[in-house]
Amino acid sequence: MDIQLKRGLLDVCVLAAIKNEASYGYKIIKDMKPYIEMSESTLYTILKRLELSGLLTVEAVEHGGRLRKYYRITKAGAARILEFKREWREVMSIYQFVTKGDEAL
Amino acid sequence: MNKQEFIASLRARLAGLPEGEIDARAEFYGEMIDDRIEEGASEEEAVLAVGSLDDVVREILSQIPLGSLVRDKIKPKRAFRSWEILLFVLGAPLWISLLAGGFAVVLGIFACALSILISLWATGAALAASGVGGALAGVGLLLFGNKITGVGLLGAALVCAGLSIFMFYASKAATKGTFLLAKKCILGVKCQILKGGRDDA
Repeated sequence: MDIQLKRGLLDVCVLAAIKNEASYGYKIIKDMKPYIEMSESTLYTILKRLELSGLLTVEAVEHGGRLRKYYRITKAGAARILEFKREWREVMSIYQFVTKGDEAL
Repeated sequence: MNKQEFIASLRARLAGLPEGEIDARAEFYGEMIDDRIEEGASEEEAVLAVGSLDDVVREILSQIPLGSLVRDKIKPKRAFRSWEILLFVLGAPLWISLLAGGFAVVLGIFACALSILISLWATGAALAASGVGGALAGVGLLLFGNKITGVGLLGAALVCAGLSIFMFYASKAATKGTFLLAKKCILGVKCQILKGGRDDA
């Protein structure tokens, strides 16, 4: 898969993992696991990139006597998911055109 | 290996990176291990699940651009003293020529690799073109000219076409191999930069 496309998809996947409620690193990896495998290092890089782009914010919360970082989606992050869904509808319609009539082959 | 040992080793292996970056990475991995322990894994199991130290360092390095590593490495840790600035200016003829020489060597290797790849693809394309051209000329000769030459030309065209297919796969493999090699070289350079950082520390 094209690297830029994959990078964009992974960004949206991480945003989707925190779209309903703030989440932390290990839970994000666990929630995504049935759909996509991601290493800790990759997640760290993506979270950093999304934070720098203003698509999520980070907050350290006390949990069980230690600090745990929670990642919360911003308005810009939610808008990115909407944009992705709109773009993907276009991609799907192109895909349907490309695969049209393949059953007959 | 327990969590403390893993984090200490990770910090030591990343010693060439900026302090803030090392702290952030160590904190992130520490949190990942703690969350696994909280879920019921033993400390050793939690550390194992994160991956081997070598893999973790390799992956971290592959995600940090070489440019930013070099920038961090050459960034002065303190203000230059006046004698250092003087030495820097006086030594300019030497270090500028060394730097230019090093740059020329890297550029030369890059140009060599690129030209070999271009020649491979060009040879493949030339063979394919000869195959098509030879086949057309062969058919033409068979129909309107010397039939023996036509058959010979068709045979040569078939050989060219076969070789062009071989060249296509060979060029593809060479291109892929070159990119993988370049990636490994860049990773090696990054490891050396980090190693330099550990030696400085």
